[in-house]
Amino acid sequence: MTNRLRRISQYGLSAIIGILVLGSCAEAKTFRWANDGDANSMDPYARLETFLLAFDMSMYEPLLRRNREMKLEPGLAIEWRQTDPTTWRFKLREGVKFHDGSAFTADDVVFSFDRATHPGSNIGNPLSTVKEVKKIDDYTVDFITKTPDPILSYNLPVVAIMSKKWCEEHNATRAADLTKNEESYATRNANGTGPFVLKERQPDVRTVLVKNPNWWGLKEEPIELDEVVFSRIENASTRVAALLSGELDMVYTVPPQDTDRITKTSGMRIWQTSELRTIFLGMDQSRDELLESNIKGKNPFKDKRVRQAFYQAVDEDAIKAKVMRGFAHVTALMVGPGVNGYDPALDKRYPYDPAAGKRLLDEAGYPNGLEVGFDCPNDRYVNDAAVCQAVVAMLARIGVKANLLAQTRAKYFGKINPPRFETSFYLLGWTPATYDALDALRALAATRGPGSSDGAYNIGGYSNPQLDELTQKIQVELDSEKRNELIDRGLALLKEDFAYIPLHQQVVVWATRDNVDLAQTGDNFFQLRFVKLK
Amino acid sequence: MIAFLVQRLFQAVLVMLAVALIAFALFNYVGDPINSMVGQDTSVTERERLRQDLGLNDSFVVQFARFVGRAARGEFGLSYQQARPVGQIILEKVPATIELSFLAATLALVIGVPMGIYTGLHRRSWLSELLLAFSLIGVSLPTFLIGILLILVFSVGLGWLPSFGRGSVVQFGWWSSGLLTFEGWRAIIMPAVTLSLFQMTLIMRLVRAEMIEVLRTDYIKFARARGLTNRAVNFGHALKNTLVPVITIAGLQLGSIIAFAIITETVFQWPGMGLMFIQAVTFVDIPVMAAYLVLVGFFFVVINLVVDLLYHVVDPRLRVDRDRIGVG
Repeated sequence: MTNRLRRISQYGLSAIIGILVLGSCAEAKTFRWANDGDANSMDPYARLETFLLAFDMSMYEPLLRRNREMKLEPGLAIEWRQTDPTTWRFKLREGVKFHDGSAFTADDVVFSFDRATHPGSNIGNPLSTVKEVKKIDDYTVDFITKTPDPILSYNLPVVAIMSKKWCEEHNATRAADLTKNEESYATRNANGTGPFVLKERQPDVRTVLVKNPNWWGLKEEPIELDEVVFSRIENASTRVAALLSGELDMVYTVPPQDTDRITKTSGMRIWQTSELRTIFLGMDQSRDELLESNIKGKNPFKDKRVRQAFYQAVDEDAIKAKVMRGFAHVTALMVGPGVNGYDPALDKRYPYDPAAGKRLLDEAGYPNGLEVGFDCPNDRYVNDAAVCQAVVAMLARIGVKANLLAQTRAKYFGKINPPRFETSFYLLGWTPATYDALDALRALAATRGPGSSDGAYNIGGYSNPQLDELTQKIQVELDSEKRNELIDRGLALLKEDFAYIPLHQQVVVWATRDNVDLAQTGDNFFQLRFVKLK
Repeated sequence: MIAFLVQRLFQAVLVMLAVALIAFALFNYVGDPINSMVGQDTSVTERERLRQDLGLNDSFVVQFARFVGRAARGEFGLSYQQARPVGQIILEKVPATIELSFLAATLALVIGVPMGIYTGLHRRSWLSELLLAFSLIGVSLPTFLIGILLILVFSVGLGWLPSFGRGSVVQFGWWSSGLLTFEGWRAIIMPAVTLSLFQMTLIMRLVRAEMIEVLRTDYIKFARARGLTNRAVNFGHALKNTLVPVITIAGLQLGSIIAFAIITETVFQWPGMGLMFIQAVTFVDIPVMAAYLVLVGFFFVVINLVVDLLYHVVDPRLRVDRDRIGVG
């Protein structure tokens, strides 16, 4: 009976699917996908966040964009070069039209820079070295930087170009101001130059994009999708169920525990690649006494031997195999593959050796071990709390009692973030926004100080004048070979100093039906223009 | 009657101020909203400026006073997450939750009450035993599990019903209805059943217990002795007297259906207020959380008021008492 029912329902289902497939071939190719979070705003300056930017960049475009290999390629600018140490000149693409039909010119670039660096916008930071943007003629602009900035171009793919005319017409020349009780027009509407046009926007529920038939890139790079429907599905099981039941073509955030099930289902496919984000442990090396420890009057982490003992006590291979289910790239460096400056030759961890760790602690004067507070988020990175629990168990073997406080990210970051830095030992992840190692060196390792943007996330307060000098040099070095050599020295220095305990790079996991082809990159930046449906 | 209403409204205002105060006190413990609002590359000075602009550096009393002042004018500010007015977001979400809750409550009543009557009258029949066994499942299985099981069977296994969302909706002014399209009905079945299951079994067990209780009383025996028909005794006399507690519970349960649709809405990605609240909590979206809690407090107050008025209709004694004391 049940068999018969199932057979009938299967016939029925395949008939319905058949009709749908036939219908869709004749009509339009629709791509349906979902994520646990919404792209919270259609305003590309709303937040410096991968998902939002990637989403909005299918409607808007930057001057320079990234290709399938994460390399820079011409977007709205076709040529760019440094004319002198503080000037970058961009030649703009001609004949490009915004979705509303108005033409794209240098005025829009000047306007966009202005909008991006004013209050309300949260993407000002990547442009912090730029003093001004000058229009030379309708299709040429100069970016004047405060100091020589050899990697300005790396920052540009996150800055969308908006239409001056459109923003002025709709009173949206500034990004949404949260302190006022009104919505900005650009929050729910979009007018870019990109391959897709916003058709319908129900925040938190559904966003529909359609192909832009007038896109400048169509000739070299035909867009296959006629319509894209994005839904937010927060619950992981529901999201996966919707993929398996055929209601979706792609799931962007895949829960690790479901990857097996998806792989085993016929017609489904798992995509994975190593992510740019590095997960690591940090230690407070700045305070004279740790905030949370049984050792009073001194800070054990100031002693390099203690840091090394912690390092060698952590069995990252076990974490990868057991906690991450293989979805991790074990790392010895603070940057991973895909980041400019990453050096595979340096990427060799010191061996896992609890006996050596115990001995080092003895030598440092802690024969009875020590006790330390351990801060960890439980909803920020893949299996973050589980990684921390594993670390606690490993440290116990060298006599260290780590008191784990795993909490939700809002609480966690509220505790450890600047300016409070209230932690002794913590787990953090970092993605270099520029895809360049300098970003990690500056943010995580340069000496922090009031009024300086260096060391903003140097929560442990590591400080080494040698490294500071290197970062200064890297910042202004224009020759890329010399620059990479300096970066290498910086990364090696961090390793020798045991400034941090790098753990792994996470793996980006996406799931699709097997008729979907796309380009997956380590930055988790999903570009709709690469999607093909077989 | 009017005095009674006024007194109730006054109480409502007090209750809501208390809700707002408690909610606001809780927000000190949910974490730092700034961190969810900006990316990791945002500088400390920018964060500090944002915190200052949003008034997060003011004292608790100042923040609370400002919130109450604005709320009284119907302004709840901009959502930190979406940068849109909270009032507007809630208006978009209310229809989904109301439709789901009312359908669930209707299911619970329309199926629960007859089941209760049946099992109360025919205590030893096999169907009663079966219904009672079924009710145990409804009472004991957690909602999210029921939801996931339904999705597994009807979406993934059979492919009959959609696993998420509201299907297609029809817009009437600000109200969006999913009950006018086939897709909408397909989408609402599983969430409504999931949400109603607990209430349904609760109502069934309540009606059954009350029925058994009432059938034992003297006036039922006398009614039978008078030679009234079974029908008149069971429905005219017995059922009517079981209804007072049922109305109380059903009313309060309607409130909790609305308030606790959170889990069902999360499982089925039903775009209602519960889902909005969960998302707001993970994001530390204080304006949305505050508005939601105040609104739910308001729902409970209104429902209690309606329940009180219904008592008057069902139970004549209450009417008499009130009138005599002069309160009503």
